[in-house]
Amino acid sequence: MSITHNGFSAQRRLVLKGAGTVALIGLGAGLGVIAFDPRQAFAAANDKYPEEAFKQKNEADAIKALYGKTAEPSDKVKMDAPEIAENGAVVPISVTTTLEDVTSISFLVSENPNALVASYKIPAGTVPSVANRIKMAKTSNVIVVVEAGGKLYSATKEVKVTVGGCGG
Amino acid sequence: MASTIRVRATSNGDTTEVQALIQHPMDSGFVKDAKGDIIPAHFIQELTFEYDGKAVFVADWGGGVSKDPYVKFAFKGGKKGDDLKVSWVDNKGATDTTTAKIQ
Repeated sequence: MSITHNGFSAQRRLVLKGAGTVALIGLGAGLGVIAFDPRQAFAAANDKYPEEAFKQKNEADAIKALYGKTAEPSDKVKMDAPEIAENGAVVPISVTTTLEDVTSISFLVSENPNALVASYKIPAGTVPSVANRIKMAKTSNVIVVVEAGGKLYSATKEVKVTVGGCGG
Repeated sequence: MASTIRVRATSNGDTTEVQALIQHPMDSGFVKDAKGDIIPAHFIQELTFEYDGKAVFVADWGGGVSKDPYVKFAFKGGKKGDDLKVSWVDNKGATDTTTAKIQ
């Protein structure tokens, strides 16, 4: 475990150096070592935290960084999202699919500063259905990508936001 | 300290439905405070649910997940009274773990 997490903390250190929290991070990384090792339990190819994908500005780059391929729209991916979100800080979105061999489900918001919001790994035996709550900076398309049988399928829906979730 | 993780796992005999609510600021690093200073990014990166020694669900999160995040999923199997282990690690390396009994 320490190999993966030391790798992370090196990257974190780079990211957060400006904040002057290096000492804190060192402490945090030490604590992080006690945590579980997702690699042992889950031996898929993309089992590491996708740091690069989360840094991408637009959804196409994020999907590419995450999966290395592009998604095709599919009506087998069903997204449940509000038409209008009064509070962009908390937008409930859920997705379910009738596709088989689902290995991951990801949520992206086009107009957010970083498009990728969340990516869920779905091991065999887990139901391909996820509900969560995400932040939206403004009115935007929400894109859900389902990886099934090695291919990517997506669903897109526009959610109107009256009060943005990234302006504080 | 009380756990930051609240989890409810309910088995209907066939599948186990899991709902989790975690206390965490989930600061994206794009928001400014009242003085106009950027609030540094501080968010959970990985959240893992383990049953019977195997990961049944892994969440990779960015700063775009809402404060005090909520997630719901379900997996096949899972017996009443068995343990479900939940743990997270954030971008500052902090971590928390809890174990819930499937109901």
